[in-house]
Amino acid sequence: MVNQYEAVFIMTPVLSDEQMKETVGKFEQLLRDSGCEIVHQENWGMRTLAYPIKKKSSGFYHLFEFKAEGSFVREFELQLKRDERIIRYLTVHLDKYAIEYNQKRRHTKEQNNNEKQQ
Amino acid sequence: MENTGIKFLTPVAVDVRRKKYCRFKKLGIKYIDYKDASYLFRFVNDQGRILPRRLTGTSLKYQKKVAQAIKRARHIAIMPFVGDNLKDNK
Repeated sequence: MVNQYEAVFIMTPVLSDEQMKETVGKFEQLLRDSGCEIVHQENWGMRTLAYPIKKKSSGFYHLFEFKAEGSFVREFELQLKRDERIIRYLTVHLDKYAIEYNQKRRHTKEQNNNEKQQ
Repeated sequence: MENTGIKFLTPVAVDVRRKKYCRFKKLGIKYIDYKDASYLFRFVNDQGRILPRRLTGTSLKYQKKVAQAIKRARHIAIMPFVGDNLKDNK
């Protein structure tokens, strides 16, 4: 049964830019290889954390929204857990209201961008 | 009640019991996003604790959604577990 999931993860701020892109690319590749469809991807960049995690008070946030088989999520999270550059991750199953909400949010964001460009 | 001798010039302003309503039902909000910190801070007091239903008046169904969203936000360090007077300055 293909469900829609949303995975947010935080990378240590110690990484340089290419390392950060490389980690993100690694997970993107993992999703693509296993035949998941990446619906949306967002990079919030460096943000200060509300409380220090592993003695670090800021981190790179990244978000993946993807469609996957139920069984795949365990394998995906195993990879997230094993990668030591990632200090925290959260995968969430999206119900229909959540999917609708995300689409609406993306829609308004695009409109704002278009307005800015005009 | 014997006369306590205290005379109020103006009647004590008793807070008229205005009917509390569930803002999610009224506004038709169906999903509470755990990534939207500024919205979630309204349901948290200045120590960072979740406000009870009797104060906010939200229905049980949506209070559970709010609580879950706040706990998720705390997990990914968008909201603090315990804050000190952070009332809406985020």
